[in-house]
Amino acid sequence: MRIVLKREEEIFIQTVRKFVKTELEPISAQVEEEDRIPEEIISKMRQLGLFGMSVPEEYGGFGFSVTGQCAVMEEMGRTNACFRTIISTNNGIGVTGLVLAGTPEQKEKYLPKIATGEYITAFALTEPGAGSDAAGIKTSAVRAGDNYVLNGTKQFITNADVASLFSVIAVTDREKKHDGLTMFLVERGTPGFTVGPPEKKMGLRGSHTCELFFDDCRVPAGNVVGGEGKGFRLAMEVLDKGRLIIAASALGAARKLLEMMVEHANQRVAFGKPIGSFQAIQWMIADSAVEIYAMENMIYSAAAEMDEGKKIPHRVAMAKLFATEKACEIADRALQVHGGMGYMKDLPVERFYRDLRLTRIYEGTSEIQRLIIARHCLKKGGEC
Amino acid sequence: MKILVPVKQVPNPDEKVKIKKDGSGIELEGVKMVLNPFCEIAVEEALRMKEKHGGEVVVVTVAGKDAELQVRTALAMGADRAILVETNEELDPAAIASALAKVYEMESPDVVIMGKQAVDDDSNQVGQILAAKLSLPQATFASKVELSEDLKKATVTREVDGGLETIEVELPAIITADLRLNEPRYASLPGIMRAKKKEMKVIPISELGIDTAPKVKVLKLEPPKERAGGVIVGSVQELVEKLKNEAKVL
Ligand SMILES: Cc1cc2nc3c(=O)[nH]c(=O)nc-3n(C[C@H](O)[C@H](O)[C@H](O)COP(=O)(O)OP(=O)(O)OC[C@H]3O[C@@H](n4cnc5c(N)ncnc54)[C@H](O)[C@@H]3O)c2cc1C
Repeated sequence: MRIVLKREEEIFIQTVRKFVKTELEPISAQVEEEDRIPEEIISKMRQLGLFGMSVPEEYGGFGFSVTGQCAVMEEMGRTNACFRTIISTNNGIGVTGLVLAGTPEQKEKYLPKIATGEYITAFALTEPGAGSDAAGIKTSAVRAGDNYVLNGTKQFITNADVASLFSVIAVTDREKKHDGLTMFLVERGTPGFTVGPPEKKMGLRGSHTCELFFDDCRVPAGNVVGGEGKGFRLAMEVLDKGRLIIAASALGAARKLLEMMVEHANQRVAFGKPIGSFQAIQWMIADSAVEIYAMENMIYSAAAEMDEGKKIPHRVAMAKLFATEKACEIADRALQVHGGMGYMKDLPVERFYRDLRLTRIYEGTSEIQRLIIARHCLKKGGEC
Repeated sequence: MKILVPVKQVPNPDEKVKIKKDGSGIELEGVKMVLNPFCEIAVEEALRMKEKHGGEVVVVTVAGKDAELQVRTALAMGADRAILVETNEELDPAAIASALAKVYEMESPDVVIMGKQAVDDDSNQVGQILAAKLSLPQATFASKVELSEDLKKATVTREVDGGLETIEVELPAIITADLRLNEPRYASLPGIMRAKKKEMKVIPISELGIDTAPKVKVLKLEPPKERAGGVIVGSVQELVEKLKNEAKVL
């Protein structure tokens, strides 16, 4: 499909492509082994401006369109997922609440620092007792003069080890359910706020996910984003953008996997022929190609609609559901085509297989995406 | 000092290109274009010269309007302004050098630095022809460039077969950049945003009053021979036998 980008975005995508190929991909296995992105790579990401893509120009950022951000994430999806995670968590969910609904003072104070990457951001909704059921969270925020006092625990928060600023969703009025949630900006180091150690995960090594503890943590009332009681709706809008970005990185990974599949199919000889000459292998390639083509079309047409200002959560949900489920199937096929080699850590296929699995869980599980889609269809007489 | 950097856009070297059906050129439809890697090195060297000695970096390209993206990439790296000599024809190296000579006369730079060749047609001629046209000294295949304090001379280390040669040239001179001269910086987002405001002057090639009739005509392009698949040999004896009689390398 024809993807319309601003000229600046197009130039930057060339930069990202080169950065991925010459600096990220070569250390991808090392990062996997050490479970850590080297500091000099993070500082290069800062210099390149990757952290500030979605920050508006008037605050020192680059005002990328959703399409532009998807295109960057697609390129970054082609290598170790931890690299794009630090960026996509920041641009996708970390900063979006502030950009959409922050007050001028909040924007003035934080966005320029986020644009340069001095402040990395995180988004904290999930708790031990509530993930999919976001309105069921327990972390409370009680007004006390010019402050709110936060108490509770957040779980599985990406970037928590490196973030300086957290968008935290808490309950300000339990009676009002969805309308009783509020988003707060909480700075690292605020008394009463601590970050737990990184969790041990199935994949996504190099990116860390931790618990957050709020113990009588006082946050100024000026740090409420979008107004009291507006937190649920705002969180859903933030996730809309984040979901499309996840879909785009799954697309990049799927493309890379198909390329690896094809290369191996052409080279590997069995029964006297390249395995690519067997129809069973060809069908895996064909199915993957069809799915990638469909993914691309869904993602970029949803991105174009978002850039026009349309609110299309059901289409974003479709794009995320389809792209992440299909990328996992493509990883599975790529592993199969590689045979025993695919199962070995010498090749990145098994890493993609593990890392992509997450994309069906976070920022709304596949089931939750289906729920969003079905609700829309049921309400609108089958419109999709 | 003023540094002039001629640049060219080329098909992305990471992509597989196809030859047109009639063999007259490369099929460019749908191929991503990038700034020629040797040109990036030249831009980088110019920027380092400017950072050390002060002055201005001017990039110039002779191409169609679509090359603007690559010119903007050079501006995003840090060049100060750009000139696009617009033509929709494919020009041969002599014609390109004629156009660049005109731009040289308009700009009177202190030094010209450019890629040793473009990775699409590998001509490796424009720098040399330009030096001849302007009667300027040339230092090709530079792997190190050092300017004298008074900016009157350049000491250039050249990569020659099996070793290095160090020469001194008087400025202005034409220097062409080899692969190991430096590692070019990226066009970062802050740089890309700054480049939005930089000047890019478009000059139709007809205004230069030069003869662009080709002196060299490409008759035919052919892809390299397909490589035959490898074989697994059963024993050392068989390997030696094949190296002797089939590959004829022993
Ligand atoms: C590596 C990682 C990073 C993460 N990063 C962040 C982060 O930065 N910020 C953040 O806030 N969260 C983050 N999360 C949390 C993530 O968003 C949640 O794990 C996810 O939303 C699912 O919630 P849950 O784990 O509580 O599962 P549950 O909600 O308990 O779901 C369990 C199962 O039940 C299904 N289910 C639940 N409700 C329904 C329903 N109504 N209909 C059908 N099926 C249903 C789910 O689909 C799932 O299969 C991260 C998670 C991981 C693993």
